[in-house]
Amino acid sequence: MNTEAIDMNSRQADTAPPIRKPVSQVGAKIFGGISMLFAVLALMLLAGIIVALTVESWPSIKAFGPGFIFSSEWNPPAERFGALIPIYGTIVSSIIALVIAVPVSFGIALFLTELSPLWLRRPLGTAVELLAAVPSIVFGMWGLLVFAPIFGEYIQPALAATLGQLPFIGTLFSGPTMGIGLLCAGIILAIMIIPYIASVMRDVFEVTPAMLKESGYGLGCTTWEVMWRIVLPYTKNGVVGGIMLGLGRALGETMAVTFVIGNTNFLSTASLFAPGNSITSALANEFAEAERGLHTSALMELGLILFVITLIVLILSKLLLLRLSANEGR
Amino acid sequence: MQTATQSHQGVITGQAQVAFRNFNFYYGEFLALKNINFEMEKQKVTAFIGPSGCGKSTLLRTINRMYDLYPNQRAEGEILLNNQNLLDPKVDVTSLRARVGMVFQKPTPFPMSIFDNIAFGVGLHEKLSRADMEERVHWALVKAALWPEVKDKLNQSGMSLSGGQQQRLCIARGIAVKPEVLLLDEPTSALDPISTSRIEELVIELKNDFTIVIVTHNMQQAARISDYTAYMYLGELIEYGVTDELFLRPKKKETEDYITGRFG
Repeated sequence: MNTEAIDMNSRQADTAPPIRKPVSQVGAKIFGGISMLFAVLALMLLAGIIVALTVESWPSIKAFGPGFIFSSEWNPPAERFGALIPIYGTIVSSIIALVIAVPVSFGIALFLTELSPLWLRRPLGTAVELLAAVPSIVFGMWGLLVFAPIFGEYIQPALAATLGQLPFIGTLFSGPTMGIGLLCAGIILAIMIIPYIASVMRDVFEVTPAMLKESGYGLGCTTWEVMWRIVLPYTKNGVVGGIMLGLGRALGETMAVTFVIGNTNFLSTASLFAPGNSITSALANEFAEAERGLHTSALMELGLILFVITLIVLILSKLLLLRLSANEGR
Repeated sequence: MQTATQSHQGVITGQAQVAFRNFNFYYGEFLALKNINFEMEKQKVTAFIGPSGCGKSTLLRTINRMYDLYPNQRAEGEILLNNQNLLDPKVDVTSLRARVGMVFQKPTPFPMSIFDNIAFGVGLHEKLSRADMEERVHWALVKAALWPEVKDKLNQSGMSLSGGQQQRLCIARGIAVKPEVLLLDEPTSALDPISTSRIEELVIELKNDFTIVIVTHNMQQAARISDYTAYMYLGELIEYGVTDELFLRPKKKETEDYITGRFG
């Protein structure tokens, strides 16, 4: 079979004229130029946004300095602004969302790739993807009208009676059970980011070579050992990427959080049951009524801070990946 | 082993390690292996040869029940490993796979250090102290003829090695668990000639400790390293016997056609 192929090639070279004429390079150059233009455009947009945010928030930066980040006072009439409460709310609700969503997504992806019967894979996978298509305002309304009352009535008291009794972390699950609050926002966020993280995890688990998994099984691994010790390290870049995608969405999510976080700029306890505020909710709620001047500028600075938080998260994920590769040897 | 080697092709003289009895294998409805009956001798190299799709890899993968992973594949009959039927549903697959190691067509190092690549499999089945584990890793790497090349970089990733070294790492990983049988599924098909000949030397060396079953596309390779050869065609075992006999004086016309290159 091989020799036949070679024969045919040589015959063609002997007799047949070359099919293609030499092509002019102009088209390739134009195409290359256009695609570079688009790439540069993305970079310029990014730079433009950073410049605009900085310029707009400059009065606030000048007025409050670094104290803006550490002050919890948000008093528009007195023109005194501090970002601590929204920053805290954004970070805490996103952490809650990740703590819940990452293990659940891993379970979903593991089930879909390794354990599920074939006939169930497609409907389940589609259901997870459809969850990503639900508009965030629907999650917000569902959270406020359906989930939060049930959460406050049954789940929060149960949490307070169990986790709330533990030393140290007990304070996180204490206080009045009103439903809405940081924990509720975190849970709604978790539901919203699960489809993103789960489908990325499923995709990267699926492209793991079957032979690599079989090597694990061939040594006597259980499914769990193959997934946890072989597939997860092998796909770590994709998995961390998926988690970052989810975290990015959690940090930036506005509508659903605004509905259930409570929108208050006072925070007196460490309890996760307490209502709070997030950067995005503060922006959404106040922008329309903000006077031009220091109030608008302070809101702009909140936006800038959200941008910086996202950047820091991105850098941390890169460092995490470097750390992980160092652990498995270079 | 009182059941002497009376079955029609199974002509071994020593003690049988693996024996197939009235064995059929199905992919869904498709009968992929038809009534396989033969025995493989302890501490010998048995090679499966035959054209693509003849079922030789399928046959190999039944010995550690790898097909269990795939829902529509099933086996009938018996495979005896030291007289124990390993198709018995009571047999625990994970401990079976500690007794039957496997190496694949392409090197598949795990995403961990060279040391951990070997320690990982051992740790699944035995609780060893750090010192014992180091000794076991050393033993396996020496056995796999890899120790001199990696002794100074045990903490580096297994993926940083060359293809031939990776494949020897996979062999070391397989034998570190101290299996009775080692299955090699075309272990040199992705390697250059020099790496290939190192693996071949290694296989001949390893049969002092293990029973080796190798699937190969390369008839010269089977002739060089195996003691017994099984020729398969379209899911049937056409001829089985001592390698030299089978290559020099094949009893069946089909075998002769294949080994003389008339088809396949």
